[in-house]
Amino acid sequence: MKVQLLFPELFQLLLVAGLFVQSVVQRDRPGQLKNWLPWAAGVGVLVALVSLGQSGLLFAQIYQVDRLSQFFKMTVSLGFFLTVINGVGQPRLERAKTCDYFLFMALSAWGLMLLCSTVELISIYLALELASFSLFPLVPLRTKSLSGAEAAIKYIFIGGVATTVGLFGFSYILAAQHTTDLNQLVHMSWSHSPMAVLGLTLFLSGLLFKLAFFPFHFWAPDVYEGAGNETAAYIASLPKVGAVAVLLRFTPLLKPGMDITTTLAVLAAVSMTYGNLAALVQKDVKRILGYSAIAHAGYLMVGIVAGTAMGVAAAGFYAFAYVLMNFTCFWVICRESKGGENLKLNDLRGLSRRAPGLALVLAVGAVALVGLPPTAGFMGKFFLLAAAWNRGCNWLVMIAAGNVAVGLFYYLNLVRYAYTKKCSEASGTAPEIEGPTSVLSLFGGLFLAGLVILFGVLPNLVFRMLMP
Amino acid sequence: MVEAHFPILTCLILLPLLGCLGVLLIKTPLAVKGWALGVSLAEMLLGLCLLQFSMGTADFQFVESVSWVPAWGLRYFLGLDGISVFMVALTLLMFPFCIICSWTSVGTRVREFFICLFVLISALIGVFSALDLVLFYLFWEAVLIPTYLLISLWGGPQRDPAALKFILYTLAGSALLLVAVIAFRMEGGSFSIPALAAQSFPAHFQKWMFLIMALAFAVKVPLFPFHTWLPAAYGQAPVAGSILLSAVMAKMGAYGFLRLGLPLTPEAAHFFAPLIIAMSVCSILYGGLLAFAQSNLKKIIAYSSLGHMGFVILGIFLFNLNGVQGALIQMVNHGITTGALFAVAAILYRRSRSHDISANLGLGRFVPALMGFWGFFAFAGFAFPGTNNFVGEFLILAGAFERNLWLGAVAVPGALLAAAYMLRPTQKMAWGEPSTAGGWRDMSSREWISLLPMAFLVLYMGLAPTLCLKVMNPSLKHLMGAVQSRKTVTLSVDKAFSTAAANQNDLKDTLERGGRP
Repeated sequence: MKVQLLFPELFQLLLVAGLFVQSVVQRDRPGQLKNWLPWAAGVGVLVALVSLGQSGLLFAQIYQVDRLSQFFKMTVSLGFFLTVINGVGQPRLERAKTCDYFLFMALSAWGLMLLCSTVELISIYLALELASFSLFPLVPLRTKSLSGAEAAIKYIFIGGVATTVGLFGFSYILAAQHTTDLNQLVHMSWSHSPMAVLGLTLFLSGLLFKLAFFPFHFWAPDVYEGAGNETAAYIASLPKVGAVAVLLRFTPLLKPGMDITTTLAVLAAVSMTYGNLAALVQKDVKRILGYSAIAHAGYLMVGIVAGTAMGVAAAGFYAFAYVLMNFTCFWVICRESKGGENLKLNDLRGLSRRAPGLALVLAVGAVALVGLPPTAGFMGKFFLLAAAWNRGCNWLVMIAAGNVAVGLFYYLNLVRYAYTKKCSEASGTAPEIEGPTSVLSLFGGLFLAGLVILFGVLPNLVFRMLMP
Repeated sequence: MVEAHFPILTCLILLPLLGCLGVLLIKTPLAVKGWALGVSLAEMLLGLCLLQFSMGTADFQFVESVSWVPAWGLRYFLGLDGISVFMVALTLLMFPFCIICSWTSVGTRVREFFICLFVLISALIGVFSALDLVLFYLFWEAVLIPTYLLISLWGGPQRDPAALKFILYTLAGSALLLVAVIAFRMEGGSFSIPALAAQSFPAHFQKWMFLIMALAFAVKVPLFPFHTWLPAAYGQAPVAGSILLSAVMAKMGAYGFLRLGLPLTPEAAHFFAPLIIAMSVCSILYGGLLAFAQSNLKKIIAYSSLGHMGFVILGIFLFNLNGVQGALIQMVNHGITTGALFAVAAILYRRSRSHDISANLGLGRFVPALMGFWGFFAFAGFAFPGTNNFVGEFLILAGAFERNLWLGAVAVPGALLAAAYMLRPTQKMAWGEPSTAGGWRDMSSREWISLLPMAFLVLYMGLAPTLCLKVMNPSLKHLMGAVQSRKTVTLSVDKAFSTAAANQNDLKDTLERGGRP
């Protein structure tokens, strides 16, 4: 076994261990965390970047290290890095629990990394559980918030049911196909056994829950709303990456015209349309992003339904871009809500006067989520649609393209409130007169916005990582 | 294809973007304005390189082609032919004009204003020079956000709904255009517009693609019945926004028809030509009637724009050389005239604080120069002989009569209406009683500087259009040739099919009658 195949995972595990030690030893001095965790997470991204080229099969053929898995691991570690720099100073977190918070988060990211590489149903299931269960305790850690507790219960119950259903489906698959190896399963015939198809459907639903994909989407807006802003930023982006990575392993199965492909395509169409329409009437910024996440789950599924190498690459690119776009928006939300409370659209009024830099960052993030050029969001949508054309679901491509126009309205609302609406004097609750945004938070935001535009103008940088 | 020795088009696109960076470093509003003017003049000077354009060839010139995303076959592919060179020139011309016109009208957020303007200009040049479909679409959509911000931040009192209507309408129109881009790639194997134009696609495919593209372009032009965003957007936009919307962005739609609609889907264009012609005739007449009913100067110009663009689209879909020549000339001329009219309206607004005719009465005695300019451009607006619009409208009407006597007869009242809706406000503004212009200052030197070049161009294009025609003719002839040749092919194929079908029917009839064939 070559150790260098596992560098990203090992490094992340090291981070987990470090956090564990600090959590046990220096419980009362969590301030120390600020000094090393961001740097360590940054090094994690570099490690993942360096090990992009590795490939091999480990642990009795159940752990596949290839271009795809390494790319997704890099995305996860990038997301973890962004979570850390976004969340180290968060206001609604008890000081004593800071270490535990990041410990669970790092553990969840580690689970997602494993998920990217596993090609066997049981290990997929275990990695999925690891990622989910580490995430459950994070939601109620938002202090002084009843909705945090409510969101946590919803998340745990729905998540628990979804994984149980997945496990149930797994048993059917095992019974019908007599193997749990994904690489064998995808090349087997599924038509002869309805039980296997049922099992697969149930198993997929466990993954689709992670993706917030219709009809497993109910938790998303509520959990985003109840969880702390920084936690929501993580929940909104990274578990999706893991889910997409596993779903992409199923793509050889998804031939055009098959029932399961058509079902997924229909659900993708419903997911994006429903998400976009429901977001139109939201007033809470995080709820908007929650429904937008449902819509984006639909977009990501377009690449999976396409089923080709192009589709896989497109979905990979989009997942990567989505992490960046999402963090760009959440960055502004976290900076703007000084006390860690939820932001309403009205709180964004006059943002362009208060903090022109952050307003610009928010505008870039919103425009990218709409899918307008010159952002990574546009390129990602373009690649997805191009990959799915002539794969038996051109109607899905049409719906996805049309949905851009629907989504425009509520993303534009973010920009509208930030730029064109003035602060209403009467409300007075808006956090106006505070010092200028700190240089660090401004540069962090501009860095993210810059990345979103950079990968929109030069998407080849990503494709070089994804398809050598 | 004539490769560029020097990447002139890229420089034209990048220069305004670099100008944005400069704006960020400057503090005082006046210095920002000076910098913006400097950038725009530098851009025009750079644009003088386009004078190397060689006439007499339909090839693309100044071509730059670099691989962009090899895995997906995307190229960074720019070039100009006799059609797009006019559009780029028009954009370059409007750039300093906009800046001079909005010199005093932008009071707040001066830096952001010029950043939006710069990004918009660079996207517009990109649209007109892109030869790769994805690049075209990218620039096409990139226009939206700066325009939205221009309207919603610096517009009139009703700016918010106007801006929202504009962006929702245009994005909804062009959302499916992306699908067309992808479909062309899958069917034709390339994103390159010249390569796709050389292929012929199945008729069924062409019809769908044409409809998708026509929706996007018709909203942008706009054509009746997709025009409802226009009065609000034109009326509420700040002066630079109105000028760019009417002078340049309206041309994006017409240019789309010329660059994509006709060459890529010629059969479908023929098939749907009656529909598009009907829409454009409706635009001409309906726009004219609505303009006649307005009491707000900006709205009059906005609806007159609807009518003029109706003429342009009519000219394009006549499928003869006169018509399309007229259309292209009219595109340029409408840009110049309407831009200048919006500028005069803004100058009037600065004095009367209103766009209503009733607030701008009896100007002839007090501000003769200003009134003179309005009158001059208004005459140009209804195509008075000797002015630039006359050439375009004359050619289009000639083409219309060439195609069909009745079509010409229907379009002529549009030209008459134009005279009516332009003369009515002009008369009131010049001699209306009681005059509201007492104590107004006549035009300042900056206003003279902004309008004189436009007045010169109105006369130049009106009296000596030969040079322009010479530049555009090869490309237009090539376009018409390609469209006509394919039409004849399909017609003969159709005829063969229909005769075969008729024979079969005859056969069936005879059989049914029990006789022998």
